[in-house]
Amino acid sequence: MMDGTKGFEDALTGEQKIRNFNINFGPQHPAAHGVLRLVLELDGEIVERCDPHIGLLHRGTEKLMESRTYLQNLPYFDRLDYVAPMNQEHAWCLAIEKLTGVEVPRRASLIRVLYSEIGRILSHLLNVTTQAMDVGALTPPLWGFEEREKLMVFYERACGARLHAAYFRPGGVHQDISDDLIDDIETWAQEFPKVMADIDGLLTENRIFKQRNADIGVVTEEDILNYGFSGVMVRGSGFAWDLRRAQPYECYDEFEFQIPVGKNGDCFDRYLVRMEEMRQSVSIILQAVAKLREPEGKGDVLARGKITPPSRSDMKTSMEALIHHFKLYTEGFHVPEGEVYCAVEAPKGEFGVYLVADGTNKPYRAKLRAPGFLHLQAIDHMSRGHQLADVAAIIGTLDVVFGEIDR
Amino acid sequence: MSDALKEVGDYVEAKRADCVLGWDIAHGELNVDVAPSNIKGFVDFLRTDPTCRFSTLVDITAVDYPGRAKRFDVVYHLLSMFQNHRIRLRVSVREDEMLPSIVDVHPSADWFEREVFDMFGILFTGHPDLRRILTDYGFRGHPLRKDFPTTGYTEVRYDEAQKRVVYEPVSLVQEYRQFDFMSPWEGADYILPGDEKKPEAK
Repeated sequence: MMDGTKGFEDALTGEQKIRNFNINFGPQHPAAHGVLRLVLELDGEIVERCDPHIGLLHRGTEKLMESRTYLQNLPYFDRLDYVAPMNQEHAWCLAIEKLTGVEVPRRASLIRVLYSEIGRILSHLLNVTTQAMDVGALTPPLWGFEEREKLMVFYERACGARLHAAYFRPGGVHQDISDDLIDDIETWAQEFPKVMADIDGLLTENRIFKQRNADIGVVTEEDILNYGFSGVMVRGSGFAWDLRRAQPYECYDEFEFQIPVGKNGDCFDRYLVRMEEMRQSVSIILQAVAKLREPEGKGDVLARGKITPPSRSDMKTSMEALIHHFKLYTEGFHVPEGEVYCAVEAPKGEFGVYLVADGTNKPYRAKLRAPGFLHLQAIDHMSRGHQLADVAAIIGTLDVVFGEIDR
Repeated sequence: MSDALKEVGDYVEAKRADCVLGWDIAHGELNVDVAPSNIKGFVDFLRTDPTCRFSTLVDITAVDYPGRAKRFDVVYHLLSMFQNHRIRLRVSVREDEMLPSIVDVHPSADWFEREVFDMFGILFTGHPDLRRILTDYGFRGHPLRKDFPTTGYTEVRYDEAQKRVVYEPVSLVQEYRQFDFMSPWEGADYILPGDEKKPEAK
């Protein structure tokens, strides 16, 4: 344009033809929340088009799963949404349990609920505080990560790993948790609302935070349906849709909790919904702790049978149990033929597993339905007409984690 | 739950007999087999019909059955947040067959169809932008097909001499470990190691 081919029209009219500017956002941008590459077309500072390039973290999880046994596949789920690992495992276990018809013992079910809610807090804490960082605050992530650290210690004390837990197993959970751990989780849950109040005090009425989030990325009812939103993206716009309530799995139907909803469907409302969901999760954690202490909450944590290992003492004394243990960890268990779709309300939305089993010890096909995949898809729609700086806020509110989007 | 699903199944079959090839309820889930050419109209019907209102597209994926003439099953999962039920649509397509895109009905199908194209090589007619999505720029092949090796065909590394990333054919230092747990006592039909020297094995 500046090579003179336009003649001297510019000189005559005094106007210049302005061309839209294309920029690359990421994959190394700190606000891209991982390896997101956005090709943005800008008219001045206004986003005209936003084309996300994903797949930079694609590991072929679904392909790998086809050549591994059901149990070997479990750890892959930790690596999907690595911010809240156990919630993903949950969906996989539910799918296997649905096909094999295994009943999970009550204690295992309660532990699953307990840890799913811990996962929800882990995820929301990260999201809320890093979103604050994306729009300019530095203190919230430091405070939030301190709490995340404590929660990861609870993960570690239950299963030995801070992040990649592999704790939920088909038929229950891997190990029982001790009474000390339950006490400590309770103590933490009683103290956490104070930290929440601190973070709340930093952000909710903060002028900059409000200016950067209110009325940004508004999601309407139509958008929800068109773009297949789930989780907070739906609830932020006033829909009380939560799989824990609508299609209860595990023992969520026994728990008392409220489903917070937003009013305006903008980034700020979704932030408020996430904050309130954390408070609800704390209440579920306290209820689960109380239920775990009741006599009905005691007992085994695995449905002893073909798909779970025998107890350690059985294995050391009984030949059959030893053979079972050996066969389970080499060949794995066989899952009857059939196809199921199981979904859980993961912190980011509906995380589903579509499992096609062919009767062998390996899944014939497993499709992982990640909520972030659909949410990120809508970024073009949501960011159009916004300023470039708002793109960071929108990425934050979409709560994208590339482990699950790229799989 | 399954009574309600049965009602939905009956209703859908009665209303759109031309689209529904068959339906069943398995594991508490409603499965409907749909003819490939009718899929778009049928999804639109499910979305708008007040009894169904399957207005959320949950997932589109495919399953590869290399032994079948109609090689792929394309699977659609739909959800109704209003009626609180789910449905699964299955469409069998041949390898050389194209499927109508449902992007006009559900804009969220965009990336799902791109992913199915990327992973299985199924083409969707009427899709606005059918590019690869998850695999590398310039990738060849369709990884989730059963005849695609898990290791792939190429590997990348940074070449110190050329100062750039180079693509090379994959070279495995050891055989890819693929154990087969068929018990020789339970009718394994292959020749066991050592037995190949026996005359009857040849």
